Parts: sequence; structure tokens; C-alpha cells
Amino acid sequence: MEFRFTEEQLMIQDMAASFVDEVSTSEAVRAAMLSDKGYDEETWQRITQELCWQALTIDEEAGGLGLGYVELVALLEQAGRKLLCSPFFGTACLALSALKQCPVSPAKQTAIEAILAGQTATLVHTDSAGRWDDSAQLPCIKSGALEGIASHVVNGDSAEWLVVAARENDALVLLLVSPACPQVKRRALTTMDQTRRLGGIQFNQLPLEAAHRLCEGELAERILAACLELARIGAAADMVGVAQQALDSSVGYIQERVQFGRTIASFQAVKHKCADVMLKLESSRSSLYYAACIADEYLANHASMAALQEAASIANAYASEAAFFAAGVGIQLHGGVGITSEYDIQLYFKRARALEAYLGLPHWHRERLASMLLEGDVA
Amino acid sequence: MKLSFSAADEAFRVEVAQWLQDNLTGEFEHIRFRGGPGDEHVFVEERKRWEQRLAEGGWTCIAWPEAFGGKQATIEQQVIFNEEYARAGGPGRVGHIGETLMGPTLIEFGTPEQQAKYLPGIRAGREYWCQGYSEPGAGSDLGNVKTRAVFDEATQQWRINGQKVWTSLAHESHYCFVVARTDPNQVGHKGLGFFMVAMDQLGVTIRPIEQLTGTAEFNEVFFDDAVCAADDILGAPGQGWAVAMALLGYERGVSTLGQQMLFQNELDEIIRVAKTNGTSQDPSIRQRIAEAHMGLKTMRYNSMRMLSGAEGSQLNREAMIYKLYWSSWHRNLGKLAMDVMGEQAEILEAAPYELNRLQSMFLFTRADTIYGGTNQIQRNLIAERALGLPREPRGQS
Repeated sequence: MEFRFTEEQLMIQDMAASFVDEVSTSEAVRAAMLSDKGYDEETWQRITQELCWQALTIDEEAGGLGLGYVELVALLEQAGRKLLCSPFFGTACLALSALKQCPVSPAKQTAIEAILAGQTATLVHTDSAGRWDDSAQLPCIKSGALEGIASHVVNGDSAEWLVVAARENDALVLLLVSPACPQVKRRALTTMDQTRRLGGIQFNQLPLEAAHRLCEGELAERILAACLELARIGAAADMVGVAQQALDSSVGYIQERVQFGRTIASFQAVKHKCADVMLKLESSRSSLYYAACIADEYLANHASMAALQEAASIANAYASEAAFFAAGVGIQLHGGVGITSEYDIQLYFKRARALEAYLGLPHWHRERLASMLLEGDVA
Repeated sequence: MKLSFSAADEAFRVEVAQWLQDNLTGEFEHIRFRGGPGDEHVFVEERKRWEQRLAEGGWTCIAWPEAFGGKQATIEQQVIFNEEYARAGGPGRVGHIGETLMGPTLIEFGTPEQQAKYLPGIRAGREYWCQGYSEPGAGSDLGNVKTRAVFDEATQQWRINGQKVWTSLAHESHYCFVVARTDPNQVGHKGLGFFMVAMDQLGVTIRPIEQLTGTAEFNEVFFDDAVCAADDILGAPGQGWAVAMALLGYERGVSTLGQQMLFQNELDEIIRVAKTNGTSQDPSIRQRIAEAHMGLKTMRYNSMRMLSGAEGSQLNREAMIYKLYWSSWHRNLGKLAMDVMGEQAEILEAAPYELNRLQSMFLFTRADTIYGGTNQIQRNLIAERALGLPREPRGQS
């Protein structure tokens, strides 16, 4: 048992930390937030051409680096820490997780080569109301054409490739779609958190060919279910980064702010809030790393779906509460300036809120765990 | 990062489990799962015999170096031993203070003569130790100890006067390690000594403290001209604080995983009750049971991180949150147990005041957030040592 990063993993983490410190400054985040695509094109070029983050989890035989979720989580944590605005999550955590699990096909080959070359992608698995659970009315395939609306799609307004979950009669089908055609209309949604761009996509009688199909039926159901668990773990990593920076910036601020002739950091009420944040943060980090290990074991067929679900729910629910708590406490500790747009703590608060609700609020995860514990078998 | 244990470690696990299965039976069958925190007063004679059975099998002090009779077990092996011990229902260890606290401290700070005098009795499961730190005026503020040690030139012995409190297992112990002031002109962390004092002498009086559970794990210990040989001070006079703090560093370690197996056992019982009485269908209870489960899993991941990064008794960030984390979690579990039991929670097993396991656990968890550093002290430690925030000012004393 070695429950800590290896030297190589620490190096990956350190390089990612230096990179986001350089490119994802407060000014850069604010510029990206208001830009067309919601991210800086030049930064994405550097991520894909210099750092090759998109190749991280692609197999070596396919031209990737052949690393796993532990490494991916290390990158995503750094991205969250500096509010990186990037199509990286949609491409590497969503689309690639699906593609990697699909059987060999020309569509899969095309998509992986495009991603390796630096093109962006995302997973479209929601309906017109942004629902992702069993109640979702996914886009449908009728008479060989795709029809329907998907909302709340991560980078859905700009991704160059879409892995689409659609219904054909009762069966789930995973498709690879290039949105550069008149039958696909997209727009950016105006969101409370502006650091993670969401899109709405309309498929209007898009004609499908065999070459679009990645997989279908039970296999597609299994792949999509696993994808959502992996996305929850990836989002947890982002939230751990958000919580870390919310704590660090608050700890920095309270040591400068002087009232009653002393720094406010010297007040026990303030210190204890920071201690409570650190407790939640470090606990989230522990459950995140565990979940990342389980993700790799699941993808290598060494862990069950139940084990993956349990680990993802624990990591995601913990990180959700830690990030929201850390950012909320962060605003409080910043006092008046915490609610101004000038200070970044409000951006962390909004990203924490958005990510907390992404793919299940904490109480949703707890109810899922409760049914495993009280009605079924727990992993 | 990897989660799995090596084949050699898994073989070790089988060996431990098999030995426990073969030995924790017969005369020891009825003490399985007994004698843990809140239950330390029960079956003491049987548990002492059990210590000796463990020692004969080579299962006491496994973390110690081989030169002192240990197995020099790796962290992984210690984790495995603790997990299997708890899983098998191994009773609360009467010898744990000697094995996990006094022993490692003697190995680090003791002279060869001191090591030869005290370590074999601990290793054999025949000599037990208790801890003489807290005093009525020195709880969280341990540096405020008033117990005094004066060296008597005539008899060439230390004479100790003062009162210690919250001393668990005092009446079963052969020795007490006592932090006492050697230099009356010094205050706080300075001028302290660390003494190994025999309990069986006229100058030592033990008085049990009845707790809210009606039982008495803790005691007051009075020292009235108690004597201690010149050679029984560990470290030099004035170094007591350093030794006392090093000893506490050993407290946060692998035993945490065994503790978690006991917690799991309690949670399993709560789930059984909830399924039986139907509270498992209450949406708010479901949320809280899931929360307890998540919390316990995360406690395990926290300690896996802590142990993977552990070197000696140095504390890392994960270790600093550990006490606050488990004590708060366990306190909440106690309340959950009562809420799941519903009306039955109020009715005791028998007169005059016999609590069942969950009732006893509920009441005793209120001690968890106090002993070993209160939650408030833990938050100070996290804020000051992990986050580098200003230290609390000291009042005038």
C-alpha cells in the first residue's frame, strides 16, 4: 500500500501548478470568461502542443502517454485551483473517458486522432432541461436522423467533436458527431459561474450514417454510466483545487487585514473557521485520491461498478461540501471586499456552487449510498 | 499510488487471522469485542491473561525492534495486525499504554539499563502502565503541571508530591509515567521531568471517578511523598516536556485503523437496528446513515494517507486533522444511534443503571471531543501549526 503520489506523479503535479500559475492569472481568467468560446485559444494550444495534457490517458499504442486517473486528477486539481477556463475537462475527462471504453471503430479512431492533434470534444448526455438521470429525455434517432435538444453541455457551444448519447427506440446509442453542419445549432448559455462554459445544442434532423456509431445497447449504457462516475471524480478534483485556493487566499488576506490593532488572523473565531475548512479540504483530498485509484482499477477491470459508484459519490459529495464551505467561509473572512467583483473569492464561490450541482448534489449522493447500505449490497 | 497490499503482506494477514481464530476462543470467547473505550472496566483479569497469551504467540509489541523482542513490523503489517485484531473482536488491550506509548519512548530516550528494566515486562504482557499527565489545573494547558519532584540527597531518590487526574487503568497498572516540575523557579514547558513511578507504594493513592455512564474507567491519582529511584527519570531533569511531547507523537498512528474497525462495528449495529425498526425508511435518517458511512470511509482514506507519509513521530498535515475528524464523527454517530433507536433509546437494560452498547457509546462519545486535546485545542493546533496563523496569547499565571 502506497497511498501517496509517486515521484513521477509529483512532477506532473508540480509542472501543472507552475503552468496554471503562469497562464491562469486573475486577469487571464476574467478575459477568458468574457471571450467568445469562454477560454483562451493560445493557452489551449500550449496545453495540447507543449504539455500534451490531452494525451495523458490515451494508450501508448494509440500515441498517448498511457497514464491514468490518478495523474488526470492531479491536473484537474491544479486547474480548479486557478479557475482555469478550458475545454480540457470536456475533452479529457468526458469525451475521452467515453471513447476509451468504446470498442474499436472508425469513429473512435477518428475522434482519438483528432483529440491527440489538439481538437476539442465533449460528451452530450443531457436533455433540453439539463437532466442527466433516468428521467432525461435524450435526443432521439428516428428514421436515421438525430433530433432533439441537449442543454448544460460542458463546452457544448464550441467543442469540435461531440460524443452524443441518444435513444433509438428503447436502446441507448453513443454517436460521434461533428457539429460543423447546418443541422446542428448551438449557443453558449449565460451562466452564474462564468469560468466553466456550458452550451445548448439542437440537433435538427441530422442524418446519421454507420460511421457515426460508437456503440449501442447495454454496452453503451455501461459506458455512459461509468463516464458519469469518472466525471464526478474529475469534478471532485476541480473542487478540491477550488477549496485549496479559497483557503489559501483567505489565510493570506486575514494575515494582512488589521482591526483593533491586530491582524484578524489572531482572533480565535477566525482561526477556527480556517481549521474547519482545512479539515474538510484534506478529507476531500483523501477521498478524491482513493476514488482516482478506484477509477484506474475499474478501467483495468479490477474494480466493480458498485465500487466505482461508491467511491465517486463519497469523493464528489465531500469535495462539493468542502468547496462550497471553503468559498463561503472565504467570502466571510474577506469581509466587505469579499462581495466585490474585484476580489477573486467570489469567482471561487460561483465555481464551487456550479460544480456542487453538477451530476448530483451531496444529498443525491447520500441517498444513493443509503440505498446501497440499507437495501442492497455495498461494495 | 496503489491501494493493494503485497503478497507477503497478504500472507501476514492470513497468519494473524489464523492465530487469532485459534487463540481468541475457549476461556477468551466471552471477552471478544469487550473492554474498548467506555468499556475498559470489564473482564480485567481475563484481559490480562489474554495479554500474556498474545505475548507467548509473539503478538505484543510487534512494531518494536527485534533487539527488544519485537518483530520490527512494517507500517503495512501493523495496519494489517490492527485490522485483523479488531475484525476478530480482540478485546481492549490492557497493555496498550506500555506497548504503544511508553515502549517507543523508552527505546528512543532510555538508557540501556532503563530499557532492560522495563521493556521485557511490557513485551511479556505482565507489566502495565498508566499515564500521569493531566492535573486538575493542567488539562489542555499541560505546561501548567503543579506536581513537584524533589531530589532527596539523603536517600538518593526523587520525592513526588501532587495530583494527577483522568488516569485510565491506574488501579491495574504497575507503573505510571509522571510529568512533574523539577525546577520550582521555572514555568510552562521549562523545568519539567519525566518520571517512571511504581504504583505499589504507600505514597500513591488511587480514587476512581464515576462517569455519566455510571462506570469508572478514569481515576484520580494522589502522590504524597511517593518515591522514585534516581535512575527512573527518563531524559535529564528539565527535558520532561520534550520527552512528554515525543510520547504523544506515537499516539497518532496505526492503532487508528483498529479503532475504525470498532467504529464500523458500531455503525453496522445502528444499520441493523434501523432496518429492524423501520427508521431506515426515514429520509432524514437515511441521509445521516449515509453521511456516517462516508465519514468512516474517509477516515480510513485519511489514515492511509497519514501512514503512507509517516516518518517516525513527525506529524504531517493529515495527522493534524485526525483527532478532530474522528472525535466529531464519533460524537455524531452516538446521536444517530439514539435517534435510530427512537423511544427505546430512553429505556435501560436493567437497574440500577445498565446501559446497552449503543447507549453507552452515545454517552461516552461526549468524552471523545475532550480527552487527548479538545476540539477547540485541535483547531488551534491546525490553525497555528498547519496554516501558520498567529499563536494564542498566554494569560498571566
